[in-house]
Amino acid sequence: MLEFLLLLVCASILTAGFLAVCLKNVLAAMVASGLASLFAAVSFLLLAAPDVAMAEAAIGSGLATFIFLYAIRKTGNGKG
Amino acid sequence: MMRHVVIAIVVILFGLVFARMVGGYVELSALRPLAEQYVTLAPVELGTPNIITGILITYRGFDTLGEVAVLFMVAASVGLLLKKDDAPAKAKAASTKAIPAKASATKPVVPKTAAARAAAARTAAAKANAGARGSAQTAVAVTSAKVAESAEDDETAPREASEIVRTGTEVLLPLIFTFGAYVIVNGHLSAGGGFQGGAIVASGVMLMLLARPGSALNVAMLSIIESFAGVFYVGLGILGLVLAGGFLDPRFLPIGTFGAFISAGAIPLISALLGIKVGAELSVIIDRFRS
Repeated sequence: MLEFLLLLVCASILTAGFLAVCLKNVLAAMVASGLASLFAAVSFLLLAAPDVAMAEAAIGSGLATFIFLYAIRKTGNGKG
Repeated sequence: MMRHVVIAIVVILFGLVFARMVGGYVELSALRPLAEQYVTLAPVELGTPNIITGILITYRGFDTLGEVAVLFMVAASVGLLLKKDDAPAKAKAASTKAIPAKASATKPVVPKTAAARAAAARTAAAKANAGARGSAQTAVAVTSAKVAESAEDDETAPREASEIVRTGTEVLLPLIFTFGAYVIVNGHLSAGGGFQGGAIVASGVMLMLLARPGSALNVAMLSIIESFAGVFYVGLGILGLVLAGGFLDPRFLPIGTFGAFISAGAIPLISALLGIKVGAELSVIIDRFRS
């Protein structure tokens, strides 16, 4: 059961990472990279590392995503 | 073309490295000697049920200090690069706006921009006061000036967040801050610690800034708090050097009963200072990016 769940989460990480690279819309790519971080945090939790999962969820999918958001807004939605 | 070939070669090399890693992977059936040492000694020597925090703050305390120093450097350089130097520019823009507004106020033409309307209303109010006309007219002029002024404020302030975000923030923010504080102070007992708790607190600050784009963070205060946390952190490390086994040794305070809230020597203290420092640093970084 755990292995199946882990495989599912790892596939989600890969999909989200692929989307983050391939999506043309910068905002959507940013959300996809945040999702990849979130799935990574879930996988850390499943692998019995809650300490790392907490840091990853807060920094990787929370703070980093919104720093990207502010950076995108400052640079004119990735066009300029 | 050449570029694509180089990229392909780099990807293949990375693939080879990872293939070797995956191919040579075997599930460990027992702990490595160093890990075993940590796992058996940390509860006895340090009295921390959460071995991870014991390792991070004591055995690898110097690494944690280095991590925090790197974070401090990041905050400092972000502050240097994204320095807020738009305050004089804003004042200049406001004054240039006000000059044509005053000129138009003498004519019967209705001013177009909110700023011009504000200036016109203000001059109208001043005129009404000076000429000692009817009091009702003065009151009307003053209220119109006030309304126009608020419109002027709206022009410079960023767009408000949606109702859902604002209400959700009001509900969630106390919970997030409480959870962050819980994670920080219970670092030696359960999963978490200063770094994780500080990150949670900073994400709460981020949510607050998202919900209220107009609000300002007291960056100077946060910098002072952060600096003092850093100084006390190093001070505790030196205390450990003098009173106990070495730099950042937390055993100069009594270890206490295993699993109690006040136990594990100075680890909760160091954890709390770490949490304050990380939370303040990350909040300052977010605030710099926001402006």
